[in-house]
Amino acid sequence: MSAIEIMFWFLSILALGAAVMVVASKSPVYSILFLILTFFAISGHYILLNAQFLAVVNVIVYAGAIMVLFLFVVMLMNLNAESEPHQKNKWLLYIGGISGGSLLLVIVAALKKTVATTQLVQMNNGEVGLIKNLGIKLFTDYVFPFEISSVLFLSAMIGAVVISKKEG
Amino acid sequence: MPVYYYIFLAVALFSIGVIGVLIRRNAIIIFMCVELMLNAANLLLVAFSKMHHQALMKINPTAASDAQVFVFFIMVVAAAEVSVGLAIIVMMYRNTHSVDVNFLNRLKN
Repeated sequence: MSAIEIMFWFLSILALGAAVMVVASKSPVYSILFLILTFFAISGHYILLNAQFLAVVNVIVYAGAIMVLFLFVVMLMNLNAESEPHQKNKWLLYIGGISGGSLLLVIVAALKKTVATTQLVQMNNGEVGLIKNLGIKLFTDYVFPFEISSVLFLSAMIGAVVISKKEG
Repeated sequence: MPVYYYIFLAVALFSIGVIGVLIRRNAIIIFMCVELMLNAANLLLVAFSKMHHQALMKINPTAASDAQVFVFFIMVVAAAEVSVGLAIIVMMYRNTHSVDVNFLNRLKN
């Protein structure tokens, strides 16, 4: 077992375990911390695939900005395990778990025998994910969507301010 | 590493997100599970990008970089979505003093 495989299995188990704990933990603050751990594991996968730009952006945007925003909102509302709304109907819990599990089962069963899935993924080398290549691509072929996304951010900012403003 | 490991990992993460959306009632946790599903899709896009890069490396050394640009745009859209969504949740908490989504099962009152 090579070092890359060991890293792959370690990061996969870390990501899946933390994702399960996001759903399972009672306190919302613990859920957020486990989700940050999941995002770090996914960033580790990006590094393993040599997609360095996306790994850095994932840490900055997701684990940095978005999860701090979540933590800020949870602490603003002073949510904890006592104020957590409980699912009173036990059957809805079982139905949710069974339908999600059968989704997993159906997709795995459908993809198991396909031919293309035995192709190899390039690990740990290849220059496609470096900042130079992606920057050239982003500012030549995708410059128009890049500018449009600034308009999206502006509208999201205005929308957040308008929604959270006290009416009247 | 064959690509089906990444496919099954991403499908498992996505299913955990689906289960979380279905069984939890806290609006913030539901929102976080949506983020988890987005990240599963991102991971799969990057894995497919590297798979095609492996296949096309001899012909075109910068092939299959479009998927990684797409992942970048997904992150951009997710950041905008989170800011508006959390504003909506804060407004809902201010009106109902709870983050339980079952309080919102009717449009009136």
